[in-house]
Amino acid sequence: MTPRTIAVVSTGISQPSSTRLLADRLAAATSAYRPDGTQIVTIELRELAHDIVNHLLTGFPSPALQRAIDQVVAADGLIAVTPLYNGSYNGLFKSFFDVLDPGAITGKPVLIAATGGTARHSLALEHAIRPLFSHLRAVAVPTAVFAATQDWGSADSSGDALTARIERAGAELAALIDQRQPAAAVDPYALATPFDELLRSRGA
Amino acid sequence: MQFGIFTVGDVTADPVTGVTPTEHERIKSMVAIARKAEEVGLDVFATGEHHNPPFVPSSPTTMLGYLAAQTDKLILSTSTTLITTNDPVKIAEDFAMLQHLADGRVDLMLGRGNTGPVYPWFGQDITKGIELAIENYHLLHRLWREDVVDWSGEFRTPLQGFTSTPRPLDGVPPFVWHGSIRSPQIAEQAAFYGDGFFANHIFWPTEHFVRLVEFYRQRFAHYGHGAPEQAIVGLGGQVFMRRNSQDAVAEFRPYFDNAPVYGHGPSLEEFTEQTPLTVGSPQEVIDKTLTFRENFGDYQRQLFLMDHAGLPLVTVLEQLDLLGEVVPVLRRELDARRPADVPDGPTHEALVATSLAAAGPELEVSAR
Repeated sequence: MTPRTIAVVSTGISQPSSTRLLADRLAAATSAYRPDGTQIVTIELRELAHDIVNHLLTGFPSPALQRAIDQVVAADGLIAVTPLYNGSYNGLFKSFFDVLDPGAITGKPVLIAATGGTARHSLALEHAIRPLFSHLRAVAVPTAVFAATQDWGSADSSGDALTARIERAGAELAALIDQRQPAAAVDPYALATPFDELLRSRGA
Repeated sequence: MQFGIFTVGDVTADPVTGVTPTEHERIKSMVAIARKAEEVGLDVFATGEHHNPPFVPSSPTTMLGYLAAQTDKLILSTSTTLITTNDPVKIAEDFAMLQHLADGRVDLMLGRGNTGPVYPWFGQDITKGIELAIENYHLLHRLWREDVVDWSGEFRTPLQGFTSTPRPLDGVPPFVWHGSIRSPQIAEQAAFYGDGFFANHIFWPTEHFVRLVEFYRQRFAHYGHGAPEQAIVGLGGQVFMRRNSQDAVAEFRPYFDNAPVYGHGPSLEEFTEQTPLTVGSPQEVIDKTLTFRENFGDYQRQLFLMDHAGLPLVTVLEQLDLLGEVVPVLRRELDARRPADVPDGPTHEALVATSLAAAGPELEVSAR
């Protein structure tokens, strides 16, 4: 049996990045709840920043961006992590999801997460990032994980601490992946409807 | 193998001089470019159709009718004619009239158009683009083949006892290409009717179009029009040439960097690597164009985009002189490699011959 795959889309801008740190911990937590083994593919959008803008302008992806898109589309689950800018996802994060074909991640289980300076912005996950994935018809798990700068220095004794939230979100994503059939590759060059049917539907 | 040029008909400022041609200058330059195409030995001139600034060609058959009188050999075509927002009855009439005036030197490429507001401006809905293309073309196809048509559909008023005039020249409708950059439904449509499929792959990576063209070829065979290799394929291309490769790159770069379609995006180097664009010497254009056959198989028509991104007319005419040197080499190479049972590019004469051959036995029977 081929292992299930999770694509991790991380939009860390600085190097090293707390966004990537959070992304890695979410991936590890999810894997831990999947004893059959999970293949993790991590995509750093920073490395694709120019390609993403070029795709917006020209309408087609570079080979490197195409590989990243293919990995996201083919994955059984998605972990999407962005830093918060002005109370929402950052522009690069949004642009990546803007260049996906319509329906590309329909029905895909997604764990959404964000990093930010203070916990005051944490609800951006609920009012900005979750609606984005609702629009894309992906299935975001109930627990969204926000990591404020302060969280990286907190003890894990309380149930609300970062580690507990990461564990809970990872368990939810793992369970959702396990409930589903492996993601089937969609061939964009295959035609669902033969021409005589297309024609008949026109009454011609 | 047919070679030609296709024009978008955009009015774009020259990014080097800052000069923007007037609409009148642009229209006349398209005429000069078409005449030059014939002079340097090209086979086809195709014009786009647009209904918004900064584009001038809103009325393609008017321009092509004028060009029919100004040229002797050139096949006059479109790239594309909007099958979604034009009335198919008017397309049938306009192109049949043009076909008579041009003594058969006419074909057309159908496309859906991707400018959102054009649909409502012409009373249509862009979300019904595929349905419009299918219904409208089915009617157009019948209007050219049946003398009297009764018809009703979703998108236009019904017809009872309608005859589209003039009837196609020699009873043979203009050849139709279906152009698409994404949709397998359009490749399927072209295959269903045994029409040509034009893959304008100038802005997209080859891999995508290889799969689209392969799909068309398989479906062409599925519908009984011949072997997959015998399907009628056209491809786009985009070149800028100087004798010296570095001169071509230096001269074209400001036009590339500011081009309306891809300017301010990928670098010239990235774009030439990822798409058919070739900027270099005539030999480099020959080498790159020959790779199209390796990727797509033997094909029938190669159209180049030459007048775009604000290039001045004098430069475009120089480019056509160079293209006139490149094309005989490509023609020789590609014709030599094409097997005998793979058809050449479609012409009115060839279609008339095919139609007579098909009707031949029946005529003999009725003579007895």
